[in-house]
Amino acid sequence: MALKIVKGSIDRMFDKNLQDLVRGIRNHKEDEAKYISTCIDEIKQELKQDNIAVKANAVCKLTYLQMLGYDVSWAAFNIVEVMSSSKFTYKRIGYLAASQCFHESTDVIMLTTNQIRKDLSSPNQYDTGVALTGLSCFVTPDLARDLANDIMTLMSHTKPYIRKKAVLIMYKVFLKYPESLRPAFPRLKEKLEDPDPGVQSAAVNVICELARRNPKNYLSLAPLFFKLMTSSTNNWVLIKIIKLFGALTPLEPRLGKKLIEPLTNLIHSTSAMSLLYECVNTVIAVLISLSSGMPNHSASIQLCVQKLRILIEDSDQNLKYLGLLAMSKILKTHPKSVQSHKDLILQCLDDKDESIRLRALDLLYGMVSKKNLMEIVKKLMLHVDKAEGTTYRDELLTKIIDICSQSNYQYITNFEWYISILVELTRLEGTRHGHLIASQMLDVAIRVKAIRVFAVAQMATLLDNAHLLTGSMQRNGICEVLYAAAWICGEFSEHLENPLQTLEAMLRPKVATLPGHIQAVYVQNAAKLFATVLKSQEGNTDSTTAQETSQLMIDRLPLFVQSANLEVQERASCILQLVKYIQKLQQKDVEVAEEVIALFAGELNPVAPKAQKKVPVPEGLDLDAWINEPPSESESEDEQPKAIFAKEEPKHSRPRHTEVDEKELARRREARKQEQANNPFYIKASPSSQKVYQDAPGVEHIPVVQIDLSVPLKVPGLPMSDQYVKLEEERRQKERAEKKKKEKKKRKEKRSGRGKKHDSGPESEEDITPAHMVDIVTEEMPENALPSDDDDKDPNDPHKALDIDLDKPLADSEKLPVRSHRAAEAPKSPAEDGDAESAATQEPKKKSGKEKREKKKDKDRDRKKSKEEKKKKKHKHEEKEEDLLGGQVEEPVVQSEETSEVAAPPTSTTAEVSDLDFWLSNAPVPSNTQEAATVAAAEAAPVPEAALGAAPDSEPDEPKDTEMEETKSSKHKKKKQKKEKEEKEKKKKKKKHHHHHHHSDGGGEESVQNGTVEEEEPLPPMSNYCLLAENSYIKMVYDIQGNLQDGSQVVVSVIFENKCDSFLKSMEFNVLDSLNSKLQRPEGSGPHDGLTVPFQLPPGVSNEARFVFTVQSIVMPQKLKGTLTFIVKNEDSSTHEKLDFKLHFTCTSYLITTPCYSDAFAKLLESGDLKGSSVRLEGVNMPFHHLLARICFHHHFSVVERIDSCASMYSRSIQGHHVCLLVKTSGQTVSIDAKCDEPTLLGNVLDEIKQTFSQC
Amino acid sequence: MIKAILIFNNHGKPRLIRFYQYFAEDMQQQIIRETFHLVSKRDDNVCNFLEGGSLIGGSDYKLIYRHYATLYFVFCVDSSESELGILDLIQVFVETLDKCFENVCELDLIFHMDKVHYILQEVVMGGMVLETNMNEIVAQVEVQNRMEKSESLVGSVAKNGHVTFPT
Repeated sequence: MALKIVKGSIDRMFDKNLQDLVRGIRNHKEDEAKYISTCIDEIKQELKQDNIAVKANAVCKLTYLQMLGYDVSWAAFNIVEVMSSSKFTYKRIGYLAASQCFHESTDVIMLTTNQIRKDLSSPNQYDTGVALTGLSCFVTPDLARDLANDIMTLMSHTKPYIRKKAVLIMYKVFLKYPESLRPAFPRLKEKLEDPDPGVQSAAVNVICELARRNPKNYLSLAPLFFKLMTSSTNNWVLIKIIKLFGALTPLEPRLGKKLIEPLTNLIHSTSAMSLLYECVNTVIAVLISLSSGMPNHSASIQLCVQKLRILIEDSDQNLKYLGLLAMSKILKTHPKSVQSHKDLILQCLDDKDESIRLRALDLLYGMVSKKNLMEIVKKLMLHVDKAEGTTYRDELLTKIIDICSQSNYQYITNFEWYISILVELTRLEGTRHGHLIASQMLDVAIRVKAIRVFAVAQMATLLDNAHLLTGSMQRNGICEVLYAAAWICGEFSEHLENPLQTLEAMLRPKVATLPGHIQAVYVQNAAKLFATVLKSQEGNTDSTTAQETSQLMIDRLPLFVQSANLEVQERASCILQLVKYIQKLQQKDVEVAEEVIALFAGELNPVAPKAQKKVPVPEGLDLDAWINEPPSESESEDEQPKAIFAKEEPKHSRPRHTEVDEKELARRREARKQEQANNPFYIKASPSSQKVYQDAPGVEHIPVVQIDLSVPLKVPGLPMSDQYVKLEEERRQKERAEKKKKEKKKRKEKRSGRGKKHDSGPESEEDITPAHMVDIVTEEMPENALPSDDDDKDPNDPHKALDIDLDKPLADSEKLPVRSHRAAEAPKSPAEDGDAESAATQEPKKKSGKEKREKKKDKDRDRKKSKEEKKKKKHKHEEKEEDLLGGQVEEPVVQSEETSEVAAPPTSTTAEVSDLDFWLSNAPVPSNTQEAATVAAAEAAPVPEAALGAAPDSEPDEPKDTEMEETKSSKHKKKKQKKEKEEKEKKKKKKKHHHHHHHSDGGGEESVQNGTVEEEEPLPPMSNYCLLAENSYIKMVYDIQGNLQDGSQVVVSVIFENKCDSFLKSMEFNVLDSLNSKLQRPEGSGPHDGLTVPFQLPPGVSNEARFVFTVQSIVMPQKLKGTLTFIVKNEDSSTHEKLDFKLHFTCTSYLITTPCYSDAFAKLLESGDLKGSSVRLEGVNMPFHHLLARICFHHHFSVVERIDSCASMYSRSIQGHHVCLLVKTSGQTVSIDAKCDEPTLLGNVLDEIKQTFSQC
Repeated sequence: MIKAILIFNNHGKPRLIRFYQYFAEDMQQQIIRETFHLVSKRDDNVCNFLEGGSLIGGSDYKLIYRHYATLYFVFCVDSSESELGILDLIQVFVETLDKCFENVCELDLIFHMDKVHYILQEVVMGGMVLETNMNEIVAQVEVQNRMEKSESLVGSVAKNGHVTFPT
């Protein structure tokens, strides 16, 4: 065996590694494929060996070959082998290969489940990381189901590196296993406030991705995101959140109102273009969602448009592109604001960059008006001629058609012009959009009756010239136009000047080279033309023309009878026989024209494209019911298929064709005609309308389209549509002149079918009369058509499965599957054990952050319960409210406190719809001056009070955190006790613990909430932990908090993090006491003994321990020297190590966040016991609420009152000193006036505040 | 979401491909060709966004790319990503490569495709942006390289250890 290994490794020295392979491929440029195939053979040999290193090398090479396009799925099993190597090096190679070539149908994936699970729980964080990365690429529904729980556990891993990966991958898990969304969601939400910015960003990323597809389920998170938005400084996170809000605001206009202000501020303040751009985008989305134009918002639109103009004018093409992109969004709702920048956009059409030209084209769509349509299209036509690439030319073509046809041809004043534009477009070679032009021609000719004469003439010319026939037309989509031309000429052949000539053109032998469906139309319409010719010849005594025509048909049609296309063949032979019969009759001098024309009598009405779908299901018709009950063998089997059928039917309400008998149809038609006759807005195609057209100056001089066959794109002289532009100018001028004469006369011209649209158009537009009266026939819809239009959803969208209500409490059945033989939280348990120990050996009151996290999990479980409790409280409260109304003035504090208990939503834990309403209902009403104050009051005041309008202005801000209330509850115990009678003793005790723990640990968080309870939500993810000491083995960070209950104690929380690969144990923490400050040691130990840290640290793990110090004087900051000693234990050896550190006790750390009400605050200031001092901070570049939040968080203050850019704050030292601040800001200067009964303490605190802001 | 990350040179030779959605190998190659075709004909002074990759994505997707010397870095992303953000991300990625390889050039990518993948894995995971802080990325990459090195020393057979990192 040993020999084998040695042999393997010797062989391996001769193996090619990746670099050799690459080098080899580069040296065999001429016979690369051959070389690679020999390499693959070698690789196959290598894969057969037992040596994992050889295998890994081979797999690595395969990954490279995969990139070159070689299928390497045959090696999937070997890849799995390499993945399961215990060495990180090989494992990584294996996972990389797997992520490159595994997919859902790779069958060996099922073999990987256990391996991946093992890697996920590996003590080495990088094994876990590699497994997560790999899994993110090839997760299958099975893997997702089996591993969801493991990954969810990793979301709370001690390492942020793992946490962020686990959070991200959850998105993939949700996609593959939607059932996991609800159980995992609470934790995911928790991660939004993770202290690590990377994890936070990952959570934001995932939720944004989820919310983008199903925004309504995530509306309840809006307050939390709002908080993040106003607090985060990470542009990535901000961008994501702002994008998310863009998706949410259409669902909740109130949210939009709330957003406008902070977004506008960001637009003004940010220097990051990416952020600015996304803000503008979201503001646009908000403005779109606020349908009713609020006066203040025109300013916002102006701001957006202004900023976008700056982007568009920028020399950076990227900004230009994005500016145009965003501009097109504004265009939809506020076209006028964009139209004023027409110059700029037209300029962009000439840009050398195609992407930019395309964007500019998009914008043009919304900028046309009756006045400028011709001008703009003319410009576009010039571009069509110049365009070099077909893609861009095609894009231009579709845009021209889009622009002209938009809103039912709203902007076209002269349809002759439009027809000639379409005809000009047929000269484009190689376009894919022949059918588009064709359908436009058909649409216009059918719906605009007045234009038919002109259209038919144009189409006849097209057919006659038939330059479209030349060239390889099978791939030349433009020949589709002939389909339209032939049909129009046939259907409206009565308008043809020379039907015989056109008929002749349609029966040319060359036509047989056209695609079948076009030939079929040719044949059919040739018959129509034939009928017309016969009719025109009817009165004629000389019947030769008629007979010649029949002969022509009989001569030419056999060509089509031979067609390989069934449709052509069938029609041709049918018509051929018919014509032969007619010929016979003609020879007998029978009048046949009437009969022949009757074949094609009647007019076809345009039917709206969705008409069929919208036929309502008649009452009493159940489309899912069986027409004939299927034969049932047994009852149970009978039921099943039924259910499946009903389920599988995607949109079973799709109406079937309802048959209407002929009589009914006739009746309806009659009714419609009646209606049209009575409708003054419906103008029928009458001879008079044609007169108008002929009256137009010079129209009769329009040359018949001359299409130069040799040079298809360059017609000598003006292209003919240009002449219309001139004519139109003249016509409009003339009209204007005439109008002046007949000023008094009311204009009676009306355009049917689109009256409404015209009303909405700008006034000046109305002055432009169409060149001829146009009857745009509206498309027919079935009676009682259903307005719903929900056919744009893709049933295969994986996100459909994720449309899950996240606010419902979890049911037991929804727990993620857990393998019972394995402890689900195995990787975490050592840390927790340690934690428990620490809690046990240290004072029992203190809890570590981790436990707190655990608590939250509990909370989730208990959520339902707590909700019920809350409801109960609410009831009680309402009873109380009534008496309170009377005594309101005397007891405002009590009242607000109690009500807040009920109403203030614990935003961080439960976000229900009602909470959202509450949050949104306080959206600032745009009444500016008083806004801040009233909003602050409204926000702070609980709902019932706000509703009563009884919120006194001096109302203090209420902390939202539930725990905070508990704190106060102990202060106001008497009152509280009344309320909590029913609650069990046990719980109360627990709460006291909480309360303490809260102040020693979570105080910062809560004070932040205090700071910015107003319209902006606070910053959560700040950390007070700062570095204590660090070496290659261990890193210590610490935070100091005062102990409220004991005026001489502070608690130092230290997080120890193992940075090395070895086990750390027997840690001892020791500090050299000073006269003023002493480390509290257990009874019986000497003054120089160290304290044992109550846990050990496996590699990569971190944990927190607390140490209590007693201090005498707290007015001065102080530093204490100390040492940590520990043992580093490897597999074979262990060494003693030590690390020195300096503990810095700032004055801030002696302060405790204490809420204070404004009246108490005022009394305090009036008392005159306090001595003042002040400090100025320059160049503070952050929003005011951020500033406050920072002071609250880092220096343990709470906001007493805030009005505009001025706030009063309060804090208390552990020895009962009052510290009052008055913070004012103007521009970048912040002035802080402070009062305290201990000037030295105050001076030091102010210095520390100053330092905080100099650092940021 | 990022749907794919492609790195190819001025001749369209792939140097790294990373699809976050499954495509068969031939389709992958076709996408690379199409993308190269679209990107390579654009001047250097036009914008870095491109619509109209027909094979990959569709209307919701955009190609966002940067051109550095001989290499194109192309990200195919949907509308949930910020265009300018992705441009910055490409820059971060390239700067990270530059740090890890010390003056990165095309040859580094050619011969160390695996390492480029490992670096990319610290930036983007499963189509979502994982980390944007270059120092953090570099730190994580280096720790893993160190682990690899220590393993190859322990292994002792690695005379031409194919995974040793160039120093």
